[in-house]
Amino acid sequence: MKNESVIVVENLTKIFGSFTAVNAISFEVKKGEIFGFLGANGAGKTTAMKMLIGIGKPTSGNAKVANLDIYKNTENIKKNIGYMSQKFALYDDLTVKENITFFGGIYGLSRIQIKEKTVSLIEELGLQDIENELVGSLPLGWKQKIAFSTALLHNPKIVFLDEPTSGVDPITRRQFWEMIYKTADKGTTIFVTTHYMDEAEYCDRVSIMVNGKIEAIDTPKNLKKLFQVNNMNDVFLKLARG
Amino acid sequence: MNISVKHISKSFKKIKAINDISFEVKEGELFGLIGPDGAGKTTLFRILTTLLIADEGVASIANFDVVNDYKKIRNNVGYMPGRFSLYQDLTVEENLSFFATIFGTTIHENYELIKDIYTQIEPFKNRRAGKLSGGMKQKLALCCALIHKPKVLFLDEPTTGVDPVSRKEFWEMLKRLQQKGITILVSTPYMDEAELCDRIALIQHGKILQIDTPQEIVKHYPKKIYNISSDNMHQLIENLKSYEHYYSVYPFGEFVHYTDKRDNFTLQELQQYLESKNHQNIIIKITKPTIEDTFMELAK
Repeated sequence: MKNESVIVVENLTKIFGSFTAVNAISFEVKKGEIFGFLGANGAGKTTAMKMLIGIGKPTSGNAKVANLDIYKNTENIKKNIGYMSQKFALYDDLTVKENITFFGGIYGLSRIQIKEKTVSLIEELGLQDIENELVGSLPLGWKQKIAFSTALLHNPKIVFLDEPTSGVDPITRRQFWEMIYKTADKGTTIFVTTHYMDEAEYCDRVSIMVNGKIEAIDTPKNLKKLFQVNNMNDVFLKLARG
Repeated sequence: MNISVKHISKSFKKIKAINDISFEVKEGELFGLIGPDGAGKTTLFRILTTLLIADEGVASIANFDVVNDYKKIRNNVGYMPGRFSLYQDLTVEENLSFFATIFGTTIHENYELIKDIYTQIEPFKNRRAGKLSGGMKQKLALCCALIHKPKVLFLDEPTTGVDPVSRKEFWEMLKRLQQKGITILVSTPYMDEAELCDRIALIQHGKILQIDTPQEIVKHYPKKIYNISSDNMHQLIENLKSYEHYYSVYPFGEFVHYTDKRDNFTLQELQQYLESKNHQNIIIKITKPTIEDTFMELAK
């Protein structure tokens, strides 16, 4: 099952005027894999990810996400993926319950499905006491966990996470990664974009983008061995500084 | 003492942002406040830079009281807030001369202090600050905080949102500023930056968990930590957490950090337990505690 590819990218390119933001990148991500998509500010990560989630049109190249073509099937792709970002995840002025209902609706679940999912999610995360509290009043760690769970409401094949744990306290961050491991173990693919190298250490495999190109792709362990360093931060520094 | 904080508390409505915090920073020291979002770091910075008045306690900077001598403090400290707060529609050079003028000085007078940093953004001196990249904004903000030659520099999360290359460059700049005799108080949510400070305070929920040098802080970790990995991370965590002797289990990059309740046990025993749970390619080896391990143990 692990050998099935759910993201296949071939020579994907995006050019803005005279600037090549994404330069012929190619890679595959397997089902159930935790894949880290890394790069410095301005390396082209966001542009590349926008094309994969169906909100940016490539200049050239091909890609399939959940077996769907990114030129022809953008709407279907959106139904098959979840998305969560550090910057925007939930509505602060809606309650926990209202947020879940809202996102369930956005992801196209039926009323009955939303009801069932809301109950099971609140129970699983132990949110019974705070289900009617405004999300804005909750600690950041709780928001992150709820946001991740809402991104999974429609059982997507792939979840895209954008810097999911930056700024979160160390214990909550571990709980968050435990949720990610559990989700991946059930067969959902996790695609993490980040420039925090400590998040990279948790991934099964990572790619590192420099100036629009993927300069390295492998397990964190192999990359550390290859560059003869002890952590991903040093791998990154060696690659980006040349 | 260049910074002295005694029993400072501050509440916002029901939330106690700072809860009886005390510490001291020596002249020329690079001191780090290490803690997650919401720990109270920014509130503390605002109190020490005279922008906010504490409910309880006293604090002084360069022997000036933060309440009574606030004007003197403002002339003697540089403050780089977490949120970029320069004028977006002024150019790089205009921002810098604006801050110089406010403090009654000129770019020329203190150029020596900022030269290292300013030469990196000088090619863009006619560009509006709002059009700069993140790394360049950060360098400009640091120049503006230094232009009046402060004795003490306050940096609130200067490296948040910055990529590893710029982060490394930034810390190299701080070390050079420290060599010029400036006392630096810096905050960060990144535990790996703690090691770059002379001394650190670990802070969470408005309270200081511990203050010491980074080396001493990890020395005080009470347990032996083992790096454990196998082919299935999720199952590994679950199984270790149901092992009767486990004390703590935290995912830590490609490994799990495991500690045992017992002072003495054989690794073979643990290995056999994991084998009985069908784990493949099991690795168990002792590792050194990090600042993050210590933080979690104290915050437990």
